[in-house]
Amino acid sequence: MTAPIQLLFQGFALGCIYALVALGFTVVYRASNVINFAQGSMLLVGAYLVSVLATGLNLPFVLAVIAAIALLAAGGAAFQMTVLRRMLGQPVFVLVMVTIGLSIVIDAAIPAIFGGNARILGDPWGASAVSVGGVTLNWVRIWTVLCTGLILALYFVFDRYSRYGLAMRATAADEEAALAVGVPVGRVYALTWAIAGGVAAVGGLFLAGFPSSVNPALGDAALRAFPAIILGGLASPPGAVVGGITIGIVQVMSSGYAPAWLGTNFSDVAPYVVMILVLLCRPYGLFGAAPVERV
Amino acid sequence: MTRLASPRRRFSGKGAAVLAVAILAIVLPFGLDAFQLTTATFVLIAAIGALGLNVLTGYTGQISLGHAFFLAVGAYTAAVLGGNLHLTAAIWLPAAGVVAALCGALVGPTALRLRGLYLAIVTIGLVFIGQHIWFNVPGISGGPGGRSFPPVTFGPFDFAPGQQLTLGGLVIDHNGLYYYLALIILAAAMLFVWNVARGRPGRAMQAVREREVAAAIMGVSLARTKMSAFVVSSFLTGVSGALFASYLSFATPDQWNLLLSVKYVAAIIVGGIGTVWGAVLGAIVIFALPAVLQSLIPESSSSGLPIDDIASIAYGGLIIVFFVLEPRGVVGLGGRVASLWSRVGAGGGVSQEAQTIDRSEATWAR
Repeated sequence: MTAPIQLLFQGFALGCIYALVALGFTVVYRASNVINFAQGSMLLVGAYLVSVLATGLNLPFVLAVIAAIALLAAGGAAFQMTVLRRMLGQPVFVLVMVTIGLSIVIDAAIPAIFGGNARILGDPWGASAVSVGGVTLNWVRIWTVLCTGLILALYFVFDRYSRYGLAMRATAADEEAALAVGVPVGRVYALTWAIAGGVAAVGGLFLAGFPSSVNPALGDAALRAFPAIILGGLASPPGAVVGGITIGIVQVMSSGYAPAWLGTNFSDVAPYVVMILVLLCRPYGLFGAAPVERV
Repeated sequence: MTRLASPRRRFSGKGAAVLAVAILAIVLPFGLDAFQLTTATFVLIAAIGALGLNVLTGYTGQISLGHAFFLAVGAYTAAVLGGNLHLTAAIWLPAAGVVAALCGALVGPTALRLRGLYLAIVTIGLVFIGQHIWFNVPGISGGPGGRSFPPVTFGPFDFAPGQQLTLGGLVIDHNGLYYYLALIILAAAMLFVWNVARGRPGRAMQAVREREVAAAIMGVSLARTKMSAFVVSSFLTGVSGALFASYLSFATPDQWNLLLSVKYVAAIIVGGIGTVWGAVLGAIVIFALPAVLQSLIPESSSSGLPIDDIASIAYGGLIIVFFVLEPRGVVGLGGRVASLWSRVGAGGGVSQEAQTIDRSEATWAR
């Protein structure tokens, strides 16, 4: 009877990663209505940064992770300030195309620089695990859950109680009104990209943990986080967390229990099937609200 | 709607330009080598699909990233009818469009409930679910290993590799035959979309794009407009997919991926959204650029990086630079040149065309 619990734990850990990815999406979307298609590529950069810092430069692992978070956050903010800021007032879809352009550049640059082979992450956990009542808990997964919890708590405290958290919420509610009362909207946009970058570094690092490795295909995970953000509602960070964990559990459970007639690797598309079913009942996700229409 | 306001006297100039482009397109194959001609043919085939996406996304404002799915439906319809059942292209080419249009009609109703980027992400789901089906139903797609696609055959005309057609001393090879077939279909599709766009259905589509609620209040049926946009769009896309696969002659399920959809969306935005010529110009830029970049980069590149990767990096970088510098696309670039021209000629003032482009872009931005 331990198999379902084992799968549930794996699904929960995977769901935590999706929750981090989804948080990166929603933070940017809430402020600027842009879906950042480069989020998956940022995950990829995060995993490679940690790997290079930890195994290439031989930094202690904790230091490598912190440096990777800082670098990627700075990179995200820099991209927003140098490229996207020039495009304020342009149609949202043009901005989305620019993020797609960024993801094409990164996805090609990573294998060009590091080659197509897998790298070692340099994490201290490896495949080590602890067994609790017959259920194997990998240390990587335990740390995934703990770190995700910590980051989400930090984010929600920041969002709720800090000055910039308030500015972020004000910008999300009404950009022009926020500008009118003196919110530095430009700095808020840069901040959302910095958060997206930092969160992507952590997500990428755990995505590359056992049994996976640092390889150019890691960014694909972000495509599976799309159902998560839709499930929770595009503009809702708590929805992103619930959606992410749900999608993680759905994916792992369906890999264990999907009947054979659904075809091989059905678990890869199961999140999308769930997403479409949910959307047909609730068009703005579980936590999203229909925008007010003005004519 | 703004199209109606354009002054009539411009027609003769536009007509001459269209004629010049048509003549250029007809004589072009004789000036190209085999590699360039192949690229040009793929560009024309892609332009048909881009035109289809432009009906849905450009004119009606329904953002779809599911184009790869409809291309695949068209391609596999061709494969089953032409390859398995040995029917002629006169049957499978239109049938590919019809089957894709039926799929579009099935997907269309979701657009009635979903808006904007929600629809975009649901259509991403379509691509993934489609790929799952292609991987798991070998009877249609040949499974993960892929399958071959039938060459176009019209009665006496055979488009298979190695075949050629002699017309009064001119020899048109396999690539040339596909080029002219794609050119004819593209021209017909352009004429069709141009007529749809400036007529009553086209005005309804653009009203839905600008403000859905306002359009509904004025009596535009949202259900009918969105459905017809999906059906027309997927018909053209299905035909494009069938031609594409037939010219490629072999395809695997993982070719119908999200990047393919993204390229089509990039094409219509690069070209200029919601215009007939924009779709074609964008297809030229997006689908010819990788081949051009690869041929520009010398084989013995000193940096030691793989050519494919350098081409991709340059490709993504150009997309970013292009949109930062000219968010309105190639058509916007044309408008800018035109306004500069009229300012030089008439001494100040922005041309009416540039103004209308500005206005339609501004309302689309919401």
